[in-house]
Amino acid sequence: MGIIEVKEITKVYEKITAVDHLNFEIEEGEVFGLLGPNGAGKTTLLHMLATLIKPTYGTATVNGYDIIREPGKVRRSIGIVFQEPSSDDILTGYENLMLHAMMYGVPRAEWKSRIREVLRLVELESRAHDRVRNYSGGMRRRLELARGLLHKPNVLFLDEPTLGLDPQSREHVWEYIRELVEVENVTVVITSHYMEEADHLCDRVAIIDYGKIKVMDKPSALKSEIGEKIILMGVKEVPNTTDSLPFLTGYTKENDRIELCVDDASMRLKRILETFPTFEKVEIVHPTLNDVFLKYTGRSIREGGTAEGGYMQRIMRQVKKR
Amino acid sequence: MSEVNGIAALWLREFKVFTREHSRVVSSIFTPLLWLVVFGGGLGSSIIIKGVNYQTFIYPGVVSMSVLFTSVFFGVYIVWDRKIDFLKEVLVAPLRRSTIFIGKVLGGMTDSLIQGSILLLLGPLFGVHYTIIVILKAYLVILIMAAGLVSLGLIIGSQMESPEGFGMVVSFVIYPLFFLSGALFPTEDLPSWLSSLVLLDPLTYGVDALRGTMLGTQRFPFLVDLAVLSSFTAFMIGIGTQAFKRMKV
Repeated sequence: MGIIEVKEITKVYEKITAVDHLNFEIEEGEVFGLLGPNGAGKTTLLHMLATLIKPTYGTATVNGYDIIREPGKVRRSIGIVFQEPSSDDILTGYENLMLHAMMYGVPRAEWKSRIREVLRLVELESRAHDRVRNYSGGMRRRLELARGLLHKPNVLFLDEPTLGLDPQSREHVWEYIRELVEVENVTVVITSHYMEEADHLCDRVAIIDYGKIKVMDKPSALKSEIGEKIILMGVKEVPNTTDSLPFLTGYTKENDRIELCVDDASMRLKRILETFPTFEKVEIVHPTLNDVFLKYTGRSIREGGTAEGGYMQRIMRQVKKR
Repeated sequence: MSEVNGIAALWLREFKVFTREHSRVVSSIFTPLLWLVVFGGGLGSSIIIKGVNYQTFIYPGVVSMSVLFTSVFFGVYIVWDRKIDFLKEVLVAPLRRSTIFIGKVLGGMTDSLIQGSILLLLGPLFGVHYTIIVILKAYLVILIMAAGLVSLGLIIGSQMESPEGFGMVVSFVIYPLFFLSGALFPTEDLPSWLSSLVLLDPLTYGVDALRGTMLGTQRFPFLVDLAVLSSFTAFMIGIGTQAFKRMKV
């Protein structure tokens, strides 16, 4: 039995079906990724699992509790880090964590020790008593990761955990996520439109587009399905037939440039080079999740996310608003 | 137990934010003082009502006004919470919506109470004589009034997306409540159309109770004022709880 079981879950907004009859399970201890472009329905799905919105149809269980009938129990057993920064920037990091401990029913005797624990995990101890207003975007994310874990949830939902962070902070946050998965032994459900992020972090990913799951598997399995490519450039002599290379899954020739699709490039390279004795350059291309995405949705995922706005931009807007 | 801690958490947060935003306190004391010193002082130099100087006469009214404005405007912070997404963190917590509402109401009441207290301290300067009883009764009235008015502000705030929209709606509510309450004039001998509007204004009974307590001149018995105020507050808390239950993330 999975720690999360999704049954026919559907959300319809007026005319748009944001999430369309999904069925899947997430195993305990897994880092599970929901991948898709902006507006694919990832956040809607996450919010339904976190009981923030009700499904139009279908349901799901989280930690064995039904999200419709037992939302209180679901909430107590999950942590969530929202796409938008949702800490109070007038308060200090420590105070934000304290409020969370109080609201989530963490026993009073554990407040201080537990806060210290999670602060150490995200390495924010030295800044704990600074106001959140003075944190960088990456620090604020880490604080919210710590907050999501404070009440020892069994499942942690992370909605675009690195949206809008610069590449360096992003990798930093990845490290923290990986570490807390180990230390806290928590199941993580992550949404992302960064394919690289999913590749780094997730044991299993579901590619979701227009509210439907296109494919679901381990990132390595998805990529090996695509296969690898060997590209030869400056080829002078081309054999009449590629019959001697029965393992080829694709073959294209463009002037003196030849692309050969294979399952495992390092294994097949020798035979290929024997067949094409004259060439100037050889290149091996490993597939990315982006290629997987392309294959299953017919389009490339848009990086950057300008439509939703960067994380830092949102913080800046908030600072001005106050 | 966790619901109690939840209320404490929400209250604590409002209190901390309040103490860190000094401009909130200063601006909310400034307007009542302007009314008292300039308006009250100006008219008071030539007008005596019910045996007291006009400035003294409006003092309980201005205290009520301060409670009214601070309390109702507190509702804007739920709009801010929505804007800065802190509301999500609160709404996803395993707390009942009524708990969240009560926590917010207590936070708003604290703001009003602190500001009311500053004004009460200035009472003797405007001709009010305090005894323990007077102070206790005044706080009782202010507390009940603030609870109802904070609820009113939160009800409006829970329905609004933008602080500007909140400001618009609130000014439609707050000024009639203030001007019809008898804060600035005695309500006994008014034309009948005005008189009936005054009687419909819940704040009328708050002003009347405070004036009776502080100056000894009042229109209705103290307990009648309390009963009307309490019903208003109970009604607002009831609606507020429902409004919070329906509030979307």
